[in-house]
Amino acid sequence: MARKVLVLGEVRDGSLRNVSFEAVAAGKTASEGGEVVGVLIGDAVSTLASGMIHYGADRVVIVEDEKLKQYTPDGFSQALMAVIDSESPDALIFGHTALGKDLAPKIAAKLESGLISDVTSLEEAGGNLVFTRPIYSGKAFEKKIVTDGLLFATIRPNNIAPLEKDESRSGDVASVAAEIKDLRTIIKEVVRKASEGVDLSEAKVIIAGGRGVKSEEGFEPLKELASVLNGAVGASRGACDADYCDYSLQIGQTGKVVTPDLYIACGISGAIQHLAGMSNSKVIVAINKDPEANIFKVADYGIVGDLFEVVPLLTEEFKKLKVNA
Amino acid sequence: MNIYVLMKRTFDTEEKITISGGKINEDGAEFIINPYDEYAIEEAIQVRDANGGEVTVVSVGTEEAEKQLRTALAMGADKAVLINTEDDIEDGDQFTTAKILSEFLKDKDADLIIAGNVAIDGGSGQVGPRVAEILGISYVTTITKLDINGSSATVVRDVEGDSEVIETSLPLLVTAQQGLNEPRYPSLPGIMKAKKKPLDELELDDLDLDEDDVEAKTKTIEIYMPPKKEAGKVLEGELEDQVKELVKLLHTEAKVV
Ligand SMILES: Cc1cc2nc3c(=O)[nH]c(=O)nc-3n(C[C@H](O)[C@H](O)[C@H](O)COP(=O)(O)OP(=O)(O)OC[C@H]3O[C@@H](n4cnc5c(N)ncnc54)[C@H](O)[C@@H]3O)c2cc1C
Ligand SMILES: Cc1cc2nc3c(=O)[nH]c(=O)nc-3n(C[C@H](O)[C@H](O)[C@H](O)COP(=O)(O)OP(=O)(O)OC[C@H]3O[C@@H](n4cnc5c(N)ncnc54)[C@H](O)[C@@H]3O)c2cc1C
Repeated sequence: MARKVLVLGEVRDGSLRNVSFEAVAAGKTASEGGEVVGVLIGDAVSTLASGMIHYGADRVVIVEDEKLKQYTPDGFSQALMAVIDSESPDALIFGHTALGKDLAPKIAAKLESGLISDVTSLEEAGGNLVFTRPIYSGKAFEKKIVTDGLLFATIRPNNIAPLEKDESRSGDVASVAAEIKDLRTIIKEVVRKASEGVDLSEAKVIIAGGRGVKSEEGFEPLKELASVLNGAVGASRGACDADYCDYSLQIGQTGKVVTPDLYIACGISGAIQHLAGMSNSKVIVAINKDPEANIFKVADYGIVGDLFEVVPLLTEEFKKLKVNA
Repeated sequence: MNIYVLMKRTFDTEEKITISGGKINEDGAEFIINPYDEYAIEEAIQVRDANGGEVTVVSVGTEEAEKQLRTALAMGADKAVLINTEDDIEDGDQFTTAKILSEFLKDKDADLIIAGNVAIDGGSGQVGPRVAEILGISYVTTITKLDINGSSATVVRDVEGDSEVIETSLPLLVTAQQGLNEPRYPSLPGIMKAKKKPLDELELDDLDLDEDDVEAKTKTIEIYMPPKKEAGKVLEGELEDQVKELVKLLHTEAKVV
């Protein structure tokens, strides 16, 4: 069944987040030959529309208003409802990001629709669009379908591959007017802690440190390894609670959910709440001095040893590999 | 202040999980208060102690949730309400739960509703914002700090590691993120007192709801365990050799670098 799918693009620091392109790819699958319409909401987002089209959107609808400079549930839902009213879509796809998690349930409640959250894959099977998502902190998976009304899903970043970028694609970009008013939550201040550089939830390589890193300085060798591999540094709750690093680096149920190609866990025991945030990673390496540590149960490769010896050696070895490549 | 806490009884995901007959096996499993709802209960108690008022904890589920509701009372909540759906509905989803909770809450004049940001079993994080929207009140999710001053509130929201300082007013729904507080353990006198605190039980009928009104919009067609990972390769030998081998494996076998 050909469908019209609205895909919400997400802007961060003036560019589209990768998850927006992944959402377009998911939208393409959901559309079954119908139409994928990108939606951009903000104060100045029109220049980003072509990005969504290059990655597969057929056209883009924009809502611009200075009151939409920052995300608020009231502002963004008013903008999005205006688009939904004018487009009457069959399906909606957002990223399962802080924004998507906050906004999607509100829209679903307005539309009295179902919503399948944190989807890691979707496919057409037996006449249904089937969504797969992790449950029980990632220990199991479920396949879900929508039985009534609009198809609505949020997708977990870094799980659905974006389509090939094609800069020759073009499409219509149109504005929809929306009255943005009566915002009930006002953002007074944003304290940015998330480190500059690679966005953890989109990084291909993550070097994560736990309580075993022992101090703030203890993170230095991890940072060096990360820079050699063009990766990002992450952390367990244990390391954040001990003040070795900032909470913005936390990976897990309460922190970021990541799915890199390579995850190197250094001095992390592997508590379920940590695993919930990284167990879907393609390849997991554990470095821990305790051979019984739980992290080895999910690791593809493990080294039992002192991370302060292992990590610098690894950095040297990867440097050699790079030189030879 | 009239404060409500939304509490889910969840499977303790730290325990081993198995599937039988296409369902998560609940026999002998440990059930707990969803950890994020513990933060919600603690916060509600602190807000009440600072501002006066009453804390009511409400859960949609089966009779078995009484145990977790009693624990909430023992922590210091004043009242508990179980909306027992056992005889009425078999399948439900977040639409179902949010609709039932909102129907219960709509005439309660709540000043503040606190939920968890996510349930560790179902994991959608939908119920809080859905309930707020149905009730027509504003919400802030994943909060790490809450200050109430008369009818206004200042909230710190965790946004993927950044913090937003948000000003808003009551009535308000917030969802608790880890870091909001340290939930207390029920004290012995608390446990004794909890036995005498009211724990009401309602059914859909009492809320003037039919099964049809809350019929799920989505359906689970399969539950499965991820393919068992082959036991990982723990390397052996001299440390230098292990590191060399690891790099080789990542390059040639796993092909991730
Ligand atoms: C509601 C809730 C939510 C939570 N959310 C999260 C979350 O999102 N993310 C998260 O990570 N945790 C979370 N936690 C906490 C989680 O339960 C664990 O406490 C935490 O992950 C432990 O961190 P850790 O592995 O760094 O520390 P530890 O468990 O103390 O492990 C340290 C490890 O380092 C090893 N080690 C020590 N020294 C060395 C060395 N020199 N070389 C090599 N190895 C060494 C030790 O053998 C040990 O295995 C949550 C908990 C709760 C209750
Ligand atoms: C009658 C009924 C039948 C159901 N049948 C099924 C089924 O067949 N299969 C299935 O997989 N699931 C079933 N469910 C569970 C349902 O799909 C969800 O688990 C539930 O709606 C909560 O969603 P979640 O786990 O994603 O919670 P989230 O949205 O992640 O929870 C966030 C917060 O919302 C609040 N909250 C969530 N659930 C409740 C609750 N029950 N009571 C009070 N507060 C709550 C808590 O504060 C929680 O921290 C059923 C639920 C009901 C009510």
